[in-house]
Amino acid sequence: MKLKKLMTATAATVSIALSAAVSAAETIKVGVLHSLSGTMAISETTLKDTVLMMIDEQNKKGGLLGKQLEAVVVDPASNWPLFAEKTRELLTKDKVDVIFGCWTSVSRKSVLPVIEELNGLLFYPVQYEGEESSKNVFYTGAAPNQQAIPAVDYLMEEIGVERWVLAGTDYVYPRTTNKILEAYLKAKGVDEKDIMINYTPFGHSDWQGIVSDIKKFGNEGKQTAVVSTVNGDANVPFYKELGNQGISAEDIPVVAFSVGEEELSGLDTAPLVGHLAAWNYFQSVEADVNEDFIAQWKKFAGKDRVTNDPMEATYIGFNMWTAAVEKAGTTDVDTVEQAMIGITSPNLTGGTAVMNKNHHLSKPVLIGEIQEDGQFEVVWETDGVVPGDAWSDYLPGSKDIVADWVEPIKCGNFNAKTAKCSGQNF
Amino acid sequence: MELSWSEYPKFKRVPKRTAFSKNLVTAIILIATWISGVSCVQASDQPPETSFKELVDKMPSTKLKNLSKVVTDLEQESDPRLLPLFESLVEGKLYYVKSDKTVIMLNQELDDGKAFRATQVLDQTTIEHIAKSDIKKIRVNNKLRKQLRKAIAKLTLFSEDSNQRLAAVEKLMSDLNSENITLLKSAKESEQNNAVLEKMNLALNIALLDSNDKSIQKQAVKTLSGELHPSVRSRLNVILEQDANGEYLEDDKQLIALAESALVKIDGKLEFYGFIERVFFGLSLGSVLLLAAIGLSITFGVMGVINMAHGELLMLGAYTTYVIQTLMPNHIGLSIIIAIPAAFVVCGLVGIAIERGIIQFLKGRPLETLLATFGLSLILQQAVRSIFSPLNRQVSTPEWMSGALQINPGLALTYNRLYIIIFSLIVFAVLLLVMKKTALGLYVRAVSQNRDMAKAVGIRSDWVDAMTFGLGSGIAGVAGVALSQLTNVGPNLGQAYIIDSFMVVVFGGVGNLWGTLVGAFSLGVVNKFLEPVTGAVLAQILVLVFIVLFIQKRPRGLFPQKGRSAE
Repeated sequence: MKLKKLMTATAATVSIALSAAVSAAETIKVGVLHSLSGTMAISETTLKDTVLMMIDEQNKKGGLLGKQLEAVVVDPASNWPLFAEKTRELLTKDKVDVIFGCWTSVSRKSVLPVIEELNGLLFYPVQYEGEESSKNVFYTGAAPNQQAIPAVDYLMEEIGVERWVLAGTDYVYPRTTNKILEAYLKAKGVDEKDIMINYTPFGHSDWQGIVSDIKKFGNEGKQTAVVSTVNGDANVPFYKELGNQGISAEDIPVVAFSVGEEELSGLDTAPLVGHLAAWNYFQSVEADVNEDFIAQWKKFAGKDRVTNDPMEATYIGFNMWTAAVEKAGTTDVDTVEQAMIGITSPNLTGGTAVMNKNHHLSKPVLIGEIQEDGQFEVVWETDGVVPGDAWSDYLPGSKDIVADWVEPIKCGNFNAKTAKCSGQNF
Repeated sequence: MELSWSEYPKFKRVPKRTAFSKNLVTAIILIATWISGVSCVQASDQPPETSFKELVDKMPSTKLKNLSKVVTDLEQESDPRLLPLFESLVEGKLYYVKSDKTVIMLNQELDDGKAFRATQVLDQTTIEHIAKSDIKKIRVNNKLRKQLRKAIAKLTLFSEDSNQRLAAVEKLMSDLNSENITLLKSAKESEQNNAVLEKMNLALNIALLDSNDKSIQKQAVKTLSGELHPSVRSRLNVILEQDANGEYLEDDKQLIALAESALVKIDGKLEFYGFIERVFFGLSLGSVLLLAAIGLSITFGVMGVINMAHGELLMLGAYTTYVIQTLMPNHIGLSIIIAIPAAFVVCGLVGIAIERGIIQFLKGRPLETLLATFGLSLILQQAVRSIFSPLNRQVSTPEWMSGALQINPGLALTYNRLYIIIFSLIVFAVLLLVMKKTALGLYVRAVSQNRDMAKAVGIRSDWVDAMTFGLGSGIAGVAGVALSQLTNVGPNLGQAYIIDSFMVVVFGGVGNLWGTLVGAFSLGVVNKFLEPVTGAVLAQILVLVFIVLFIQKRPRGLFPQKGRSAE
């Protein structure tokens, strides 16, 4: 009996000592806010793994500012309001220093008020519709001028497309992108009747009517292309239906902004061969740094896994953040935010990404054709890097607005004409 | 209409093919001689062999954007090996061996895709076994594919297979330059097959629309009036092109009138076929709704159990298809057939388990049943996520279910939808037979109409309940097999269909199988006719609003259950 008591006492002492030791070796906490269940899990789970891999890697190199990094993973379950709740939890309860997260624009929009109220730091790694620049968010994915506009240029100049179908899922990203594209096409002299716009719900699976309409639209004698902002797994039945109705990439090419290697890895690529995607990164790009990254990823996640553009954006974002923290010598949000601007980091296509004053990156734009093996063959790329433009030049409301987070402007939506900051934060 | 060659508009005659290629061969030999002394020796021995060999040997090291030039040069060769070479290239089956850069065509997959049987392009010898890691693909892009398909069309215009010839004519129709017209004309002379001949005439008539002679143009417009082929329509539109002031570019009034009336006739026909196509789309959506709802019309309609896990039973059926397909990866068509009974058994057993394990204890407490089955649906989803993966699973479509039945150029019905419409009707008929003609059906009807009386005449109502629920669930599983061919197989598959299923059953009239049939098809057709007007999102909302209003007016649906049990 005595022995048992003694043992309990020892155990208690040891555990106290241990917990003291843990709190002494303080960690830097990194929040990971990606859906691990629900419709978006297919895309977002990969990004969670990417962040975990990067943290692992950084810790092996000795951590950051002499401290180890600690990941705090939460699951917002593809539920947009839950993103806001989880952000609050991460910032107030877990007290994380930075958050990597979100995929859809609705989820980012739901996080914005919370992250600004509590002055957190979010790295957003996915291509999006622009029209936003928050002090507390760094956008490492593509803005419309880094993906949609170059893709349209490619179709117009290289393929000679004259009629346009803008097809998208019905939510904020496709709607805004299509608005920008429509304005851009009209500015380029495309007639109203040569543009067809179509929206479908999330997870749409009955594409027969829409594909038949596209076919009829394309049968007017002019070269037609589909610019697709269809998101998530609705793409699979869409491409299947295109194949079944006999529309090949040679007749009506589809250029997609949301279909990458990860989305292709789970499906029969035969009906997709030749269709296009516009991204800032493809796994097939030949560069030493890319090969290292792929090897590292396969070792971490499994040999059948693929890499994709949002992963590259996460990679760049994470490296920039660690560089900024080291430069600032602290994880304090305001200091790191200022240190971030102007930071450069190698991107995986062999060049260098720069963080601009508007919290967007300068990156190259690539257009790839889908191959049988689910990889992309790069058929076109921009000459140099394209700086991300937060406020589109093709929308009447946002033409004069710039984002600049450096003194003296320090504003996410500064009207260059009236020289006023609207005061609204996002 | 037939025109002799002399009546044809003046096309520039192409130099004779043989002479042309001979010149090119000489040119290539000269270049080859200049480049390499070794090949020069062979070149002088067998001139035609070398140039083909040269070009093929060049392929592995050529960059994608320069490959088009190599293909253009190859096109000038009249080598029998050209067609298989081009076909493999366009299908992505042309590889080269990494070690010695031999170009090979893959014939067959071996060892689950880790190795291949292949044929060497140059000497046509077969390599029985070559590992995937030893070879690398020669990549192509859209531009090149387009070029290759045209080249293949020219090569197959004289093929033995009439289907190939037909495809070739179709392909050439999109590019009616003088060379292709000459080719088509010469092919026409030896053509025996009526379908091919018809298509050739169509192509040549379309070519005549570009003639400089107005009377020939008019004649061609008259002949082509009412032709549904899309290129006819686009060419007529070219004739009717207007400038910025709305003035016709064409100055022959008569030709304009002819072209306009031809276009009206074509558009009228297209509209008609467009209508038929819409109805087909509606029926197809209806068949999906029917499949999703028909199991529910048994469990909910006949038994009165609100089963929120019905969607997950559909999902289990789809996953059964996936499992069967993984077990027999080389027989995709057969695996779908086998999956039908398999899914019925799997989901039927799950259904019986649900009934015995949960629902029988909640008899007459609809709210608890609803909550319990909703919880169950979450459990089933999570189970699938844990066992398989949160990601969608790939279910392949067999060859006979892809593509479309081309009735005419204005109307094509996709095979997968066609089969699923037929399948849904078969399932419906079988279920109807079971309910009307078998002992089980009799018991089910008896129990659902008056449980106590049925018990009194000696029916084991517990057993009947379990069997009925099993039957409804099994049918849901069978529907899942069909859905796996149309939509993504993932943990969320069921959720997409549960609302629709309840909607159909309530709309059609609870407890009435015919009501479910009529309800499903009418909702499908209404949805598809709304879609082009309102867009897919609004169409769904409007259908829902319509049903809500309808239920206000007729709470018992289209075909209300009659008799005592209805009260």
